[in-house]
Amino acid sequence: MHPVPPILPASAAPIEINDLTVAYRDAPVLQDIDLTIPEGKLAAIIGPNGAGKSTLIKAILGLVPIVAGSVRIYGRPYAEQRRLVGYVPQRSSVDWDFPTTALDVVMMGTYGRLGWIRRPGKTERDFAMHCLDRVGMARYADRQIGQLSGGQQQRVFLARALAQDARIYLMDEPFNGVDAVTERAIVTLLQALQQQGKTVVCVHHDLDSAPEYFDWVALLNVRLVASGPLDATFTADNLHRTYGGALKAAIEHLRRFEHERDRLPTDAAMETAGLRADRDANNS
Amino acid sequence: MELLRDWLFDYTLRNVALGSALLGVVSGALGCFAVLRRQGLLGDVLAHAALPGICIAYLLTNAKTPIVLLLGAAAAGWVAALLMMQIVRHTRIGEDGALGIVLSTFFAFGIVLLTFITKRGDADHSGLDAFLFGQAAALVEEDVVTMAVLGGFALLAVALFYKEFKLLAFDAPFAASLGFDTNALGVLLTSLIVIAVVIGLQTVGVVLMAALLVGPAVAARQWTSRLSAMIVLSALFGALAGLIGTLISVSDESLPTGPMIILSLTGIVLLSLCLAPERGLVWDAMRRALQRRMIKAED
Repeated sequence: MHPVPPILPASAAPIEINDLTVAYRDAPVLQDIDLTIPEGKLAAIIGPNGAGKSTLIKAILGLVPIVAGSVRIYGRPYAEQRRLVGYVPQRSSVDWDFPTTALDVVMMGTYGRLGWIRRPGKTERDFAMHCLDRVGMARYADRQIGQLSGGQQQRVFLARALAQDARIYLMDEPFNGVDAVTERAIVTLLQALQQQGKTVVCVHHDLDSAPEYFDWVALLNVRLVASGPLDATFTADNLHRTYGGALKAAIEHLRRFEHERDRLPTDAAMETAGLRADRDANNS
Repeated sequence: MELLRDWLFDYTLRNVALGSALLGVVSGALGCFAVLRRQGLLGDVLAHAALPGICIAYLLTNAKTPIVLLLGAAAAGWVAALLMMQIVRHTRIGEDGALGIVLSTFFAFGIVLLTFITKRGDADHSGLDAFLFGQAAALVEEDVVTMAVLGGFALLAVALFYKEFKLLAFDAPFAASLGFDTNALGVLLTSLIVIAVVIGLQTVGVVLMAALLVGPAVAARQWTSRLSAMIVLSALFGALAGLIGTLISVSDESLPTGPMIILSLTGIVLLSLCLAPERGLVWDAMRRALQRRMIKAED
């Protein structure tokens, strides 16, 4: 492997989006997006269906034509900085009956480094195995991918992104339809990535778990409603503006979250004290 | 035994058998990618679209030089494929709609030209209509050499770009995010399929050619879950169908070679669909019967 010398000017953010507009036929899917995601964050892109969440990720990766605006990865166009970015597409975007094994799929993460025609060798195979191990899938390496459960398939996709050995990870709905084991595995992995100083951006639609998993959010509905650190941004008011009045349930979730967050220090202390009193009473 | 001796020493027979087997290998290998990209019918478009190309090449040169006619076929097939991709990209017509439009338009135009050429009453009556259903018995050594060179080139390209084609077929957006030019890869793959179609036109003809791309790949997929093994197996099935079809048609002169190749292939596909372990219908039925018995036993 010969890593491309990464260009990481100290001043530039991992992802900087200016005035981005993307349209499908005549309808704008994303409009005037200005978004800067700081280094080392676990960021969630949140918004209703059709808000353009996936399109935003695809626009960053140059997979959809941009009508106006620009995307910069550490200050330069994506095409020059590909090696710094790992991508986890939606699991449903591929045919899992494809004749290949889990390890083979993970090795695809090394194809970018290999470039045209060069085949993966032992180095790539070993590294892919290591990546599978990081998501707890090493013993499924030789399994045909169609025989894996949905959660296992998602972990294979994550391992493939790890094999890209990137600094920024863009993930499209990694938690969508996965089992509890996989959900925990993904959370652990995201935290490990953050500890290594990587920046992770996930499209996420579950408002319940969002504040638990992420420390930075961007609320999106064709336009960017708000972005920033979780506590300041993930507010009832902002969510209301993102989802509109129609999504009462979303707001309910948030009210509960805010309520719990506010009451946590005092109430928890009281509950603990209460429990201790009960236990003492039982013991005597 | 006598048949085998004939087969080894008879000049015509050897050419037909070799040509059919070669065609089977090339279309079998390339057909895997067409099937996995859910473009199995692309071969059908390419083959039908080749007909006007053949006729125009003949009208321009007034000669039946095979290589010239095949070049015309390749050019027309290629134009049809690109036209189809443009229709899908720039209109709201889906892939199946575009396929139907392009296929029938090109084929209709081809039939018009073919009728015109036949009615014109050339001395040698042109014999271009042999391309409709193929005329394997007319293959000469020169044809087989042409097929081998073209097919060899296509197989070499598959070997060279195996990694890229695999990634393209499995996850094209991911390939694009890594920096691979997926449009160029798609055009390259289509061009290689054009080659497979062109070398099959003389043997099985424009109408039946698509089956030789789809059949071996579908049969091979039944037996293996690895792409590399699938490609090898598909090439083998294609060759086997070519050989069996040829042998059957020589054993009885009233049987046409091209259609016999396709029917032999159908036999291989049916056997694979039923008998292959894991994916075969017979095994499916056995598994289900076993399950039922176990559930009954538990009650």
